[in-house]
Amino acid sequence: MIHLKIDGIPVEVEKDTTILQAARQIGVEIPTLCHLEHLLPNGSCRLCLVEVTNNGRTKLVTSCTMPCTEGDEVQTMSEEVVESRKGILDLLLSDHRADCFSCGANGDCRLQEYCFEYGVEMTSYEGEVNDECVDDSNKFFTYDQSKCILCHRCVNTCHQIVGRGAIDTLNRGFKSVIGAHYDYDWDQGTCESCGNCVQACPTGALTSKRRKKYRSWQVEKKVLTTCPHCATGCQYYLIVKDGKIVDTEAYDGPSNKGLLCVKGRSGSFDFVHSPDRIRYPLIKNKETGRFERASWDEALDLVASKFMAIKKEYGPDSLAGFACSRSPNEDVYMVQKMVRTCFGTNNTDNCARVCHSASVAGLAMTLGSGAMTNPIGDITQNSELIMLVGSNPEEAHPVVGMQIRQALRRGCKLIVADPRDIGLAKKADIHLKLRPGTNVAFANGIMHVIIEEGLQDERFIAERTEGYEKIKEIVKDYTPEKVAEICHIDAEDLKRAAIMYAKAETAPIIYCLGVTEHSTGTEGVMSMSNMAMLVGKFGRPGCGVNPLRGQNNVQGACDMGALPTDFPGYQKVTAPGVVEKFEKAWGVPLNHEPGTHATDIFPKAINKEVRGLYIYGEDPVVTDPDTTHVIKALESLDFFVIQELFMTETAQYADVILPGVSYAEKEGTFSNTERRVQRVRKAVTLEGEMRLDTDIIIDLMNRMGYKQPHLTSAQIMDEIASVTPSFAGISHARLDSGEVGGRGLQWPCLDKDHPGTPIMHVGRFTRGLGWFYPAEYVPPAELPDDEYPIILMTGRILYHYTTRAMTGRTPELMEIEGKSFIEMNIEDAQKLGIADGDRVKVSSRRGSIESTARVGTKTSPGETWMPFHFPDGNANWLTNAALDKYARIPEYKVCAIKIEKA
Amino acid sequence: MSSGKKTVPFQGTKEQEEQLQKVIAAHKGEKGALMPVLQQAQEIYGYLPVEVQRMISEGMQIPMSKICGVVTFYSFYSLYPKGKYKISVCLGTACYVKGSNQVYEKLQQVLGIGGGECTPDGKFSLEACRCVGACGLAPVMMINDDVHGRLSPDSVEEILAKYE
Repeated sequence: MIHLKIDGIPVEVEKDTTILQAARQIGVEIPTLCHLEHLLPNGSCRLCLVEVTNNGRTKLVTSCTMPCTEGDEVQTMSEEVVESRKGILDLLLSDHRADCFSCGANGDCRLQEYCFEYGVEMTSYEGEVNDECVDDSNKFFTYDQSKCILCHRCVNTCHQIVGRGAIDTLNRGFKSVIGAHYDYDWDQGTCESCGNCVQACPTGALTSKRRKKYRSWQVEKKVLTTCPHCATGCQYYLIVKDGKIVDTEAYDGPSNKGLLCVKGRSGSFDFVHSPDRIRYPLIKNKETGRFERASWDEALDLVASKFMAIKKEYGPDSLAGFACSRSPNEDVYMVQKMVRTCFGTNNTDNCARVCHSASVAGLAMTLGSGAMTNPIGDITQNSELIMLVGSNPEEAHPVVGMQIRQALRRGCKLIVADPRDIGLAKKADIHLKLRPGTNVAFANGIMHVIIEEGLQDERFIAERTEGYEKIKEIVKDYTPEKVAEICHIDAEDLKRAAIMYAKAETAPIIYCLGVTEHSTGTEGVMSMSNMAMLVGKFGRPGCGVNPLRGQNNVQGACDMGALPTDFPGYQKVTAPGVVEKFEKAWGVPLNHEPGTHATDIFPKAINKEVRGLYIYGEDPVVTDPDTTHVIKALESLDFFVIQELFMTETAQYADVILPGVSYAEKEGTFSNTERRVQRVRKAVTLEGEMRLDTDIIIDLMNRMGYKQPHLTSAQIMDEIASVTPSFAGISHARLDSGEVGGRGLQWPCLDKDHPGTPIMHVGRFTRGLGWFYPAEYVPPAELPDDEYPIILMTGRILYHYTTRAMTGRTPELMEIEGKSFIEMNIEDAQKLGIADGDRVKVSSRRGSIESTARVGTKTSPGETWMPFHFPDGNANWLTNAALDKYARIPEYKVCAIKIEKA
Repeated sequence: MSSGKKTVPFQGTKEQEEQLQKVIAAHKGEKGALMPVLQQAQEIYGYLPVEVQRMISEGMQIPMSKICGVVTFYSFYSLYPKGKYKISVCLGTACYVKGSNQVYEKLQQVLGIGGGECTPDGKFSLEACRCVGACGLAPVMMINDDVHGRLSPDSVEEILAKYE
């Protein structure tokens, strides 16, 4: 340890601690403009100068770069230090256009603050201001060279924290400027518009265009909440002015570490104030087919009486209700409670059915718990190697993607198994460009090599698993050569990947929908846990099997029991005593039979087994496979109610629409992909006669004859905790407390003093012994043939979130990416006479759409890829509703199509 | 930052590209290899146009912004090819005192390019130099091997006209 004094205060620090860090440790503030926490010091702004005396010598040094030395006497505010800082500020102002009145950063500018603090009013070195460059090309922000102090915080953020490297300092000396390239503007480079550089800028050089609508002192409040897009669970502030959200600001949350992506920062609140919001109940006039405004009493009475009439005539299982995985836990809990207590059925589900139900089912079968085993930070910080399978986090979970890029910078190895040349594939040590739908063969091949090489963890297998002999027998046949043929990869690459993965001390498997969305999705998931068990990579930091969940609260929607087979906390309907427990808690008799999965409800609607459907905030017409079939099902229903923010494609088929409420207008919690329960807080008040979703549901419950008292969101969470052992220690009060400190709680959290569980399966699997599932490779349900010779995969892009109901209402996002496209290989394109940018007709056995071709080599020959966000060519008219036998998840990732020039 | 500068059309050959790819392959994944690769690329092509920068960026997985930052920082790297006629204006002490700076500015104006650049037709490239050893003729410029002395800004166009 090193001992020094800062402003006379004795400090003891570890070796290599800088003077700045030491000062911050004891709460002595030293001004900085260029310093970024956790990165190597930049030392460019010089403002952190301090006076250090040691061995009779006194000198001025930059405290951010200077390590502490034994016996240092540091003065942070001596006369000379203050004079020097004044001089530095004076020089910084010499070429700074100080038009503070009109500057977007006015009142929120560190240069301004320090000049004020040190009494620097104007520069004494008046001279040229470099204002050749104002780059306004980015949709969300502007760079103005005349305000830039070249602190490089933006550049360091982009290169070292975000890991994108879209901008750098160009030119030299006085001509230095921040930009993408001398040859093109900011928007023509690789910038993802995440805006983390803008938040890092200490002056008005990089300002958000949103800043034109508010000044920092007009901010009424900043509300800390959780992003409503993917399940990374980024923490951020919603910035409110005059009762409206005008901007966002990243918060240093446990999973996002102060970062946001473009959707979170810029596409997460325009929709809240959209004029398209549904603001009052609507009932469809049967004669005209038009929706007409109704009073709450009218609408709720109609909904309750219709559902009860159907129940009376056709029985409880003729009703079903889907919850929304974008909504808070408390809302989801009430939806499933309504379905179970009032409808009297277990026909409840959520849209995890179509994304990660295979993970929930698969990992529950092999490990005992269907969730990500390790936290995000742990994966990216403690791993030696990352095995990324069927996941494109740079686009679908961008802030996880940024953290993976950080991991690569520090030397972490990467194996990518994905049919496309995703961004991370280029940075990977090995990219296995798998034929879509061959994950099980790939995993079995990896295991074959590991066993062949004798790299399996015998002790772990013996002590903690079962079923090894059987899987060993199965994978014997999966030689690298055979797997290479099935997967269209190189056998040597497979061998290298297997050995690298097995030999790495810590290596998480991170996977996503490329594994789950298959007719063999659950087996694909179990193959992931097979690989990890074989090499004992469980229950340790930087290991595990980690599904990146899709939606903000899809983990929570499953946790809350919006599943036909499970009550809250995965308490099985079929397990002895579970139904009885809930009958006692809820005070009514409940249905003892597991319900029907969402994907099976549609066929049942067509054959009239299901007649009444309540959907809370889902849009299956856009998101579910085989759109024609979904529409037919909705039209077959006797009575269909939807609670929604917007007139979605699905809402148009409803008999009654109840206005839904966005995440920014209510209290609650979301559970992110790493099982972290985090708070959602109300930022703006509801307009007009709109009501909280839980109040609507509770009113309905009472009208259907169940005595449900009105509860606040916090009270609902208390009820959840009382019936759900894994949530027993979670409450709003605790989440808001200093003890949790804005870091949420990761379930299982067994009591009020339980700290939560960052890493699962330590020492013992939830299931007891981990089970090697004997998975054999089975080809996808629909393979290409002469008529439909090409494989279509579907997925998501960076700029939009699923149905676009939210992101589509941020015009800038639509300008960046607003139309459907299909990625195809250049060989296929040439054969079909299609050029990049041509309009094409894409058809499958189920439908036909038009789209625009993007020709290249991102997909292999015979394979194509499409996003499903865009109504002008939604891939789900084509996709195949072939269902997985365990999880009933549809095969979005493989269907056969043909392409013609339109 | 788009500079809006006119560039000379890229005329790299297949052989040059093969040579460059060899250089990239030899240095891929190596720490701090960017500058030597750029140097060798410049030896192959004579300069570092955007097209070459892109090949290096793609091959070495280094962002274009970073490459741009490096090539615009070090004066050693040239973003423009040498013209058919290479003009070097002496800005050494004697020439400078005699007003070579105005000659240099006039040339920039007439040719429509800055120092270190090349006209889009590839005819003239312009750069400043320090003393060609003809101080008695100051201010002086060289066009390829010809020395032109006792210049004035007004004489510039006439001299250029001699070079077809």
